[in-house]
Amino acid sequence: MNLEQYIKTSSSTTDLGGLHSFYRQMIDNNLLMIYEGEFSQEITRSVLNLTEKSFEMNNLDPGLRKKVVNVMIESLQNICKHQYTVSEAGKDGFIPAVFMIGKRNGNYVIITGNMVHKQAESILTAKIDKINSFDKEGLKQYYKESRLAAKLSDVGGAGLGLIDMARKSGNSLIYRFDEAEDQTLFYTLLVEISAQKDEE
Amino acid sequence: MEKIHIAAQEDTPEIVIDPAANRLAISGRSLPEDVALFYQPVLEWLNNSASGALSIEVKLEYFNTASSKILLDIFMLAEDKLPDARILWHYDQDDDDMKEAGEEYQELVTISFELVGY
Repeated sequence: MNLEQYIKTSSSTTDLGGLHSFYRQMIDNNLLMIYEGEFSQEITRSVLNLTEKSFEMNNLDPGLRKKVVNVMIESLQNICKHQYTVSEAGKDGFIPAVFMIGKRNGNYVIITGNMVHKQAESILTAKIDKINSFDKEGLKQYYKESRLAAKLSDVGGAGLGLIDMARKSGNSLIYRFDEAEDQTLFYTLLVEISAQKDEE
Repeated sequence: MEKIHIAAQEDTPEIVIDPAANRLAISGRSLPEDVALFYQPVLEWLNNSASGALSIEVKLEYFNTASSKILLDIFMLAEDKLPDARILWHYDQDDDDMKEAGEEYQELVTISFELVGY
C-alpha cells in the first residue's frame, strides 16, 4: 500500500466497512504497525516498546531485531526533530507525520512520511544519493568522517541518522517527494532491513 | 569528590561516576531526546575533576547517532586530558554492529581501548 492509498483509506476508518478494508490491506501488505500524528520522545518510546514486545513474542533473531530497532530509533527521532520545521506556526502548528513498519519477503520495511520545505528536496536528494553511491566499506568511512566533523544541531541531531540507517539496513535508501501544499512537499523514506543470511 | 549516579530510564543509560574507584560507567540504552543536556554532567566531570588512570566502561544495548557523537567527544576528551585512562567497550556477542562500533572508536583513539564480548 502506498501512502496515497493509506491517506485515502484512513479517512474512511470511522465506518466499519472502511476499517475492515483497511485491516485487510494491512494484512495483505504485512504491515505490523502504523502510527500517524504528532511525534514525540514519549511516542518514540511507546512505538519501540510495542514493536520490541512483538519481536520478542515472535522470537525474532536477535541480530535482526537490533538492526530493525536501530533503524526505528533513527527514523522516529528524525521525525521528532523535523516535524515542526515546516510549520510557520512553530510548535503550535505541527503537521502530522506517519511511521509504518511491515514485512516483505522476510525483510523488515520501515516507511516514514513527513512534510518538508520545498528547499529541502535538493539537500535531501543530494545527501541520500551520496549515501546510496557507497558500498559497505565506503559507507563505514563516510560515517566515520561525518561523525568526526559533526556538530550537534539545535534540535540535537548529529546529521548521521540517514548514513546509519543505510549501514544498518544493508540496502539503499528509497525516497520520493510528492507535491503537497504551498511550499511544502511530502517526503517519503523507505528503509528495508535485510534478514540475516542464515535466515534466508 | 562525591559519587554521581544517574539511574537508567527506558531511553537513557545508567551513569556511574565513582571517583574513589576512578571509574566512569555508561550502560543501557542511550537515545535521549537531548544528548548534550543528558551527557553534560559527564563532560563537566571529565573536564574539571577527572584525573589519573580513569577506567571508562561502556556497555550499551542501543545508542542513537547523536549519542554516538557524544561518546566520541567523551573518548577524545579523555584522551586529551588523561593519557593513562582506558576504555572498555562491552558488546553482546550476538551484536556485530555493537562490536564494529567499538572497533571504529578503537581506530580513532590512542589511549587504551579494549573490546570485551559478553
